[in-house]
Amino acid sequence: MSDVQNILLPEGSIEKKTITLNVGPTHPATHGVFQNIMEMDGERVMSAESTVGYIHRAFEKLAERRPLYQITPITDRLNYCSSPINNIGWHLTCEKLLGIQTPKRVDYLRVILMELARIADHLICNSIVGVDTGAFSGFVYLMEYRELIYEIYEEICGSRLTTNIGRIGGFERNFTPVAWQKLKKFIAEYPKALKEFENLFTRNRIFMDRTIGCGPISAERALNYGFTGPNLRAAGVDYDVRVHSPYSSYEDFDFIVPVGTTGDTYDRYLVRNVEMWQSLSIIEQAVQKIENIKGADAEVYHANVPEYYLPAKQDVYSSMEALIWHFKIIMGEIEMPKGELYHSVEGANGELGYYFISDGGRTPYRLHFRRPCFIYYQAYEELIKGSMLSDAIVVMSSLNLIAGELDA
Amino acid sequence: MSLTNEQIQLKLQEKFGEQVSNFSEPFGMLTFEAPKEQNLKVLQFLYDDEELKFRFLTDLQAVHYPNDKGRELAVVYHLHNLVDNVRIRFKVFTNINTPDVFTATQLFATANWMERETYDFFGVNFVGHPNLKRILNVDEMDYFPMRKEFPLEDQTRIDKDDEMFGRGGSIN
Repeated sequence: MSDVQNILLPEGSIEKKTITLNVGPTHPATHGVFQNIMEMDGERVMSAESTVGYIHRAFEKLAERRPLYQITPITDRLNYCSSPINNIGWHLTCEKLLGIQTPKRVDYLRVILMELARIADHLICNSIVGVDTGAFSGFVYLMEYRELIYEIYEEICGSRLTTNIGRIGGFERNFTPVAWQKLKKFIAEYPKALKEFENLFTRNRIFMDRTIGCGPISAERALNYGFTGPNLRAAGVDYDVRVHSPYSSYEDFDFIVPVGTTGDTYDRYLVRNVEMWQSLSIIEQAVQKIENIKGADAEVYHANVPEYYLPAKQDVYSSMEALIWHFKIIMGEIEMPKGELYHSVEGANGELGYYFISDGGRTPYRLHFRRPCFIYYQAYEELIKGSMLSDAIVVMSSLNLIAGELDA
Repeated sequence: MSLTNEQIQLKLQEKFGEQVSNFSEPFGMLTFEAPKEQNLKVLQFLYDDEELKFRFLTDLQAVHYPNDKGRELAVVYHLHNLVDNVRIRFKVFTNINTPDVFTATQLFATANWMERETYDFFGVNFVGHPNLKRILNVDEMDYFPMRKEFPLEDQTRIDKDDEMFGRGGSIN
């Protein structure tokens, strides 16, 4: 790997040798616990070896000893930038196993939350790409709106980052009027900020020069590497789980799936921006659809499944039956059918899958998370080979790697 | 959705005869198994065939069944045909004493880390893998933690034995 790089240099000169650079595990430029041992020829990356596992927490092993509800907080900690998608994906998996049909209104409420989470995730990713190319202001503009999204989560479930949102069959409570008010405020105000962000970046000469042609991948390689989500779409493949295998009534919504052409950092940035606009449109459609639901279903927020859905707290304190069910569910003494299933949702950075084997016990026999980050991070070495070190940092943030999801 | 599970099953049986077996469709996903020596041939056939086109490896992992003697470890492939949007699940079973399975890295670049993870947690030895070493656990670890013989709970506690989790015992 060394000694032959720059033939114009005199024999034995120090520039002629490659150096080993250790980026990470806690490097300020990598936004997470990633280690890359890079072989550098001056500023160019000759090869990189990624080491992962610094925050491995054995989620799959833990899940084998936990009833279904205790697994929801584990899923929070996968991609912690968009926890509601993980939570709802897990609940959808359980519902598929248990054979629960959710009312349309519940599906639409879930869609609102999942799309909010997607916006929160994409806005972090895109503004961080801006920060890594040297433009801090876009990050500051958009961060304010992530705060608004977190306030909506807080109003719905009481927490902000690791949300543990919802239950099997729906939500623990209906969206409050304040939650709707905050949601409407967000829908009204966010387009302006996003537009401003796009004005700052999309046709910015410096940003374009830094990102076009930076870390490109062809559609064939991306598919072979198991890319999914915005990174695959940036390479030109229109695969989206929301369209291919719709869940939570996504088939009722009208949205486009943006695709790029070259799969470079700029395309990934553009795809994520368009997806944020599409998510906003989906949220608006969902609000509209919910307002159109009239009659008995107008306030429903969970499926009628008393075996799996915790009874209301006031009933637990006043009625024996509810108290019994409360304890049965909390202790995990609910019947689980035998079965083996794979369910996936479109996570913010790719196809988030749950492979769930139930042997009829109270806990999964085996639960495997298909974590999109983990799968596409192995292409990183190929993406940055031959590029500058500063580009390698930009490529890493544009892939939207989340350490929690990487290591599980 | 032009490709149905029956067509896939027929094509596989036509090509491999008795070697592909145990067809089932849990939750609509065609699931089948083959002898572990055949795994690459089956994957290659699924990849190359002009009608099947299973060219996307969604996921690869293992499952440990300690009571199934001689077939303790199952390596499970989830494959996706993105053109017709069909998914299938393909399993190979292996003995735990000689857990050698051929690697799929030549076919799918993505299998590299997935197989490393499977090796790390279950000890499946992927023959021909370019860099088969631990990925999430520390390199010094000398056991495979996802196998069922490594319990999660403190073994001195009697309130957390298997029957509390609906397996074995009297409460059920």
